[in-house]
Amino acid sequence: MASKAQTPAPPTTQGFAYSALLLGWLIPGAGHLITRHWVRALLLFVAITAMFALGLAMQAKVYTANTGDPLDMLGFAGDLGTGALYFIARIFSLGQPTVQLVTADYGTKFVVVAGLLNFIAAVDAHNLRIGRKV
Amino acid sequence: MLAFSHFTSVLLFATFASVVFAITQRSTPRGMVRYGAFCWVLFVGSVIAASWLMYFVRK
Repeated sequence: MASKAQTPAPPTTQGFAYSALLLGWLIPGAGHLITRHWVRALLLFVAITAMFALGLAMQAKVYTANTGDPLDMLGFAGDLGTGALYFIARIFSLGQPTVQLVTADYGTKFVVVAGLLNFIAAVDAHNLRIGRKV
Repeated sequence: MLAFSHFTSVLLFATFASVVFAITQRSTPRGMVRYGAFCWVLFVGSVIAASWLMYFVRK
């Protein structure tokens, strides 16, 4: 009698499978929080939020949509990665409309990279949520 | 307004980026610490190397 190869059952996720991805994007580290990785969540929140806040404190430019410049659109896509932080910055008019100092240029990069890092963190939280990563 | 020097900005950037890279690219705490340190050294080392390169190019 031929025996069937035993393959591990795919991990089951209860609830909405993309919750960690969306929550992780909206609030840095929150995706890891709902997958019960407390220390990782705290470190991600501190690193990404501090990077964003330091960028703003350095007079960073906060990009907006529909400026017509492709580089500005890419900057907007990066900024949008910070989720709620970006919307808070826009609502309270934090940041500058233009870069006027060298440190403001560094700050602009800090804000964009904080968003890109948050995208990576959100995808990592999704992988933890669906069991692709432990 | 904060006005960090270029090097201070590099150190901060390297630290925050390395923390995120370490957590997302490795699974074990030990692996995370090692990979985070590796990324940090690579970030800062690259900047120092590029700085010296530009110094000699300028001369």
